[in-house]
Amino acid sequence: MSEGIEVVGLYVRDQDEALAFYVDKLGFRVHTDVRNGDYRWLTVQHPDQPSFQLGLFVPGPPAIDADTATTLRAMVAKGAMPPLVLNVDDCRAACERLRSRGVELTQEPLDRYGNVDAGFRDPSGNGWKMIQAQRRPH
Amino acid sequence: MTERRASQDPDLLRRLLRAKDRMDAASHEPWPVRRLASVSAVSQAHFARAFKQAFGIPPHRYLLTRRIERATALLRDTDLSITEIAFQTGWASLGTFGRIFRDVTGDSPGRLRKCARAAANGLARVPVCIVSAAHRPDLTSAVSEKRRRAPDATNGS
Repeated sequence: MSEGIEVVGLYVRDQDEALAFYVDKLGFRVHTDVRNGDYRWLTVQHPDQPSFQLGLFVPGPPAIDADTATTLRAMVAKGAMPPLVLNVDDCRAACERLRSRGVELTQEPLDRYGNVDAGFRDPSGNGWKMIQAQRRPH
Repeated sequence: MTERRASQDPDLLRRLLRAKDRMDAASHEPWPVRRLASVSAVSQAHFARAFKQAFGIPPHRYLLTRRIERATALLRDTDLSITEIAFQTGWASLGTFGRIFRDVTGDSPGRLRKCARAAANGLARVPVCIVSAAHRPDLTSAVSEKRRRAPDATNGS
């Protein structure tokens, strides 16, 4: 595939904290971590999805003015950012893994029409749904 | 500060979100301010006001919207009796449930069940949890759990 989505970014309150969460707790890998002065371009990726990067960015000057950045940080902390969805093979096992690493689930695994879904948030407040899709016959 | 409304500290907001998440996760449980305030590590005196400022709705009213949302889903998706649904979603009496349900949705549980079943098609591609949130009632006015002083009482509490 030569065309497609390469990076989608999240706003986080602290990049070190976010990095620790996405790598140590969720099992993502660092793709790019480069700095230019105060600016830091940081992306991680799911180990099974090498063509997609999740950006972990802090809103702030010079790209975003200080007032707007304050608003964005508040939006993230209030959980007002759009939903994020992670596909997993075994939702209950994934929940146990997260819990054992100290992640608080916002929703325990729930069976709905053959799918199992659960929820958690990153430390900044971004909300994830974790969905185990029903196996479809090929 | 001359601002009409000082902005809230993101760390406080994150802790308030945790209380909101906990209500989401167990909306059938009782959530007195004391319990919510301790989840957020905020004093009881400040919790309700801080929550309302953050989320635009008092914590108790938010809880009602979640209960009605869940009750609506159970009415639509299960064959549980209305009494069972009332108890499963956190109401102590069927009368209170029915009254609040009508106040919030403008419809009785039984009628909503009929209409929802007739209309429940076409959303199969959207994750169920998100569909459910999209059906949450937008509760912008106060709803009282206390009995109105009208002679409609058939269910004691």
